[in-house]
Amino acid sequence: MFSTNCTNICRLALRRNNIGHLQKIKRVIPCRKYASNMAESDYSGRGQAEIVENVKPVTNVPFAKQLFLGKFEKDMLVFPEIESNDELNHLNAMADQLDKFFLEDVDSKAIDVNAKIPDETFQQMKDFGLFGMQVPEDYGGLGLNATAYARLTECISTDGAIAVTLAAHQAIGFKGILIAGTDAQKDKYLPKLASGEHIAAFCLTEPSSGSDAASIQTRATLSEDGKTYLLNGGKIWISNGGIADVFTVFAKTPVTNDMGETKDKVTAFIVERKFGGITNGRPEDKLGIRGSNTCEVHFENTPIPVENVLGQPGDGFKIAMNILNSGRFSMGAAGAGMLKKLIGWVSEHITTRSQFGKKLSEFGLIQEKLANVAMTTYVMESMAYMTAGQLDQYQNPDLAVEAAMVKVFASEGCWYSINEAMQMFGGMSYMKDYPYERYLRDARILLIFEGTNEILRLFIALNGVQTAGKELTDAVRKMRDPLNNLGFLMSKGISRMGKSPRLTMELKECVHPVLADPVEDLERNVLLFQRVIEDCLQRHGKDIIDQQLILKRLADIAIDLYACTAVISRASRSKSIGLRNCDHEVLMTQTFTWEANRRINQTIKDIQLNLTISHNQDEYKTRIAKTIAKNNGWAAEHPLARNW
Amino acid sequence: MSMRVLVGVKRVIDYAVKVRVKPDKMGVVTDGVKHSMNPFDEIAVEEAIRLKEKKIVKEVVAVSCGPTQSQETIRTALAMGCDRGIHVEITGKEYENLQPFHVSKILAKIAKEEDVDMVILGKQAIDGDNNQTGQMTAAVLDWPQATFASEVKKNNGDLTVTREVDGGLETINVKLPAVITTDLRLNEPRYATLPNIMKAKKKPIAKKTVADYDVDISPRQEVLSVEDPPVREAGSKIIGNTV
Repeated sequence: MFSTNCTNICRLALRRNNIGHLQKIKRVIPCRKYASNMAESDYSGRGQAEIVENVKPVTNVPFAKQLFLGKFEKDMLVFPEIESNDELNHLNAMADQLDKFFLEDVDSKAIDVNAKIPDETFQQMKDFGLFGMQVPEDYGGLGLNATAYARLTECISTDGAIAVTLAAHQAIGFKGILIAGTDAQKDKYLPKLASGEHIAAFCLTEPSSGSDAASIQTRATLSEDGKTYLLNGGKIWISNGGIADVFTVFAKTPVTNDMGETKDKVTAFIVERKFGGITNGRPEDKLGIRGSNTCEVHFENTPIPVENVLGQPGDGFKIAMNILNSGRFSMGAAGAGMLKKLIGWVSEHITTRSQFGKKLSEFGLIQEKLANVAMTTYVMESMAYMTAGQLDQYQNPDLAVEAAMVKVFASEGCWYSINEAMQMFGGMSYMKDYPYERYLRDARILLIFEGTNEILRLFIALNGVQTAGKELTDAVRKMRDPLNNLGFLMSKGISRMGKSPRLTMELKECVHPVLADPVEDLERNVLLFQRVIEDCLQRHGKDIIDQQLILKRLADIAIDLYACTAVISRASRSKSIGLRNCDHEVLMTQTFTWEANRRINQTIKDIQLNLTISHNQDEYKTRIAKTIAKNNGWAAEHPLARNW
Repeated sequence: MSMRVLVGVKRVIDYAVKVRVKPDKMGVVTDGVKHSMNPFDEIAVEEAIRLKEKKIVKEVVAVSCGPTQSQETIRTALAMGCDRGIHVEITGKEYENLQPFHVSKILAKIAKEEDVDMVILGKQAIDGDNNQTGQMTAAVLDWPQATFASEVKKNNGDLTVTREVDGGLETINVKLPAVITTDLRLNEPRYATLPNIMKAKKKPIAKKTVADYDVDISPRQEVLSVEDPPVREAGSKIIGNTV
């Protein structure tokens, strides 16, 4: 009932709280406009088929990157909404039907045990339209934007194997055609891919090339007549590799630049299985997502017509990164969807099971776990929909860093939460008769694939530090040369004299009054974050890129700052428009932000320690690891090695 | 192949939801509770669409009496394959007091107005469990009725309907126009797939009020109290050897 009127109520509520100025920047998401267009304009010269109904702003102020400059984009405190109630109702209708399908007709246990999605289920998935969710309607897809895609992903994540099969198909498999394909390529491939008649796979990883995607060995050479490339090489761990009809393959090709020099560069190709010379290995026997098909794929003199080059020759690396960057946000919705179901089962268990004459739900240690899992889920969901909402508002959004943050938070949040949920279920959760151990196994891959969390933390921190570096070059140069810039240093020192930075952004004017404290902590932490980045740059200059332990901590702070922004923004909206149980949301937000605040302060201290004391914990750990590496294994003597 | 069918689709609390009684004991909690189409009505929709797919029926019209959200239920029916919808908006106290007696009169009026040959309804809705609307509609229209159908076959101008009765199955022949109510084993309803939900957006829903049908919906009965079913008492243990 609230949903039908929420826009108006929201406006009213906002006005009542004297924050009517937010109406101007109220975020509304046109629901069904084509959305997965991150980085699209890179190729905009190549005939875009998407017709954008309303002209959207070109790009956003990059929120996460700006955090590294101590700047906070106030717009982000208005949580995004879907434009019209009709769109919202349609989306909810779709989600209802999908939930029902997964509840009644998908046997996840059998899929896990047999390591195969049954043909009937596969056919039902096709009938449901699940293979072309973000493909424009003109090409036979559902034309969903990022927000709608996220919503349906919540339902689909009920089954990890199905979720990965579908994601491998559309979030990466043919995403390249969507974001970099020509009209001819789209016309030729998208309709059959959207209907699921053809399955797609994304072929990047090789035995010697994992996170370092630029080091691939697969090669494509152009024939003398210039009409055909011949592809040779092997790819591993390719999701859908054994069942795909269309592959997006990345291979090295010699590319001549403007200066006339020829260098090997990565080029992306659309390769059909029927081109020939394609074989695949046996499906891998995996820990989790067992029903998804994962294979080696080999190419031996596979002929590819030149018109199947995706983008320009040599653009492959950029295309690969754009594909991967554009898909990550949805992991937040997938994780939250799965965890909300899990929380339902947990609640039922702890409110019915008694020990020592009390329900489990009455024990403090259980309550704490349940609260932690609920907060993690709430934050994850808020981050996912905030990012999706942003993606939908701009033609060419700059959100790769935010998407990476969602992926890191979601994957680790899922692992943590499933683990805690299993603990609440006790011994029962370890038994294969229950689905919990399967969820744990399925979730483990989330921290590894689509960019490991380690690589993504570096990606987040380096993107931010680079932004900061550009802006701060002058200041940092002066700080690194104190003798000649005494005046500058003095003023810097004076501005930092106070214990904590002065708050000038008036963020509390932008949120419901109950969230004044969390939002002020947030502002303070953004300013402290900027200070510590300055310190890092002063100490390390460009060498900061090699300080992985510092970078990791910077990423952790940035993720917490984004998480706090997302939950404060969401809870403020919920409270202002009076959603059911909004006080529960506010409480989760207050609790999470309080803990994040404490975490951030500690992390800043750890960084300062690393920067100022040469013999610190980080250095010790480096030495410990080096000793083991040098020893080729365990280095300490056995406690029973000899008597003294 | 010129027949038209009217199906009733009621928005009810989802079958999987655990129903809770309101603190004032005057009804059940509906706020924030998941609702969906009455499962027996899904069967009715499925049967109508199958008749259409067999080209026995030309048009299927879905009707729902209820609050604004009932339109979502009609949309689901349209996504499953109905051609158009009629939403008779009834809200608040009026809806709380709405009884099969009233609904059957509205349905009868619509059946006449739309000039349908068949009305297919669920045998009962899982909220009120009344099992009256179909029978009353037939009475108001003075049409034959075939309730608790587990099979419906077109047989020249008539319908041959297999009914689930207490002792087993009963097969009857009814002349058209007729009212049919569906039982659980009649068919297995399809999903509203996502592409069909998209397409259903373009299908029309006519918005009506009770006044349009000139039906008196003043309450004929008063709810005195709604109670949870009594909690089952623990059985007694029999101790000792059984011989």
